[in-house]
Amino acid sequence: MSIWEFANPVRFMRLSGRVLPWLTGLMILTLVPALYWGFFLTPDDARQGATVKIIFVHVPAAFLAINIYFIMFVTSLIWLIRRHHVSALAAKAAAPIGAVMTLIALITGAVWGQPMWGTWWVWDPRLTSFLIMFIFYIGYIALWAAIDEADKAADLTSILCMIGSVFAIVSRYAVNFWSQGLHQGTSAPLIRPGEETQVSAVFWQPLMLSIIGFLLLFLVLLLLRTRTEIRNRRITALRAREA
Amino acid sequence: MLPDLGKYALPVLAAYAAMIVLIFGLVIVSLKSAKSSKETLAKLEEKRNQND
Repeated sequence: MSIWEFANPVRFMRLSGRVLPWLTGLMILTLVPALYWGFFLTPDDARQGATVKIIFVHVPAAFLAINIYFIMFVTSLIWLIRRHHVSALAAKAAAPIGAVMTLIALITGAVWGQPMWGTWWVWDPRLTSFLIMFIFYIGYIALWAAIDEADKAADLTSILCMIGSVFAIVSRYAVNFWSQGLHQGTSAPLIRPGEETQVSAVFWQPLMLSIIGFLLLFLVLLLLRTRTEIRNRRITALRAREA
Repeated sequence: MLPDLGKYALPVLAAYAAMIVLIFGLVIVSLKSAKSSKETLAKLEEKRNQND
């Protein structure tokens, strides 16, 4: 079976309808224990004290903020090349989730930064690129809302998404590009064989579980919201036929 | 029972509260709009079937 078969809205609705309850259950079974483990069962860090518990919220949100934009980039590209409506609607459905994750990363970063760095905000490369990415998310959502004609809105928002993806890449690699700035290197790099994690196992394990939980939350919300967008499109078509 | 967060209780609790409020808000908005669109579409499909 080809992945392109899911570009058919009827097939997508059928499959996502079956998967959604199971995915929701799995998300609850992962996210709730992960946050409980991180908040209640982890010790204080020697340097950061209890503020280290913010990592279980901040890092998964930041991880999603960047990767949701990447997913929007891919789905927008598919729309521009292959004109699959489900793809454009999935990008539209993902944007508010990405905006909320970016906002969570910015807020939790600020309240973590204040006691650790002595400031809520600095114009650090990573922080600044995250703020710009948040503005792109808002701009993307506003552009969809501002244009009535669905295909035209999908075209223009896809182009905006392409431009904004530069800041998503900068957000991901800002700590590698620039040596200056207060933000530390990435806390959750991909593990390669023979490499040690940069975070102690006592924090690393609940952090990984929390990232998986947030990822499942994103998938649940993405499927739910994409289904809504497909239904809204059908509603628009039926109303146009009636008129 | 909350763990002892010492002098950092405020930032830690604020971070978790912000996350819970924002995610809860997103979930509620998503569920409401899903319910609304499902009901509207069902009504329109029913009307269309009656007309056919």
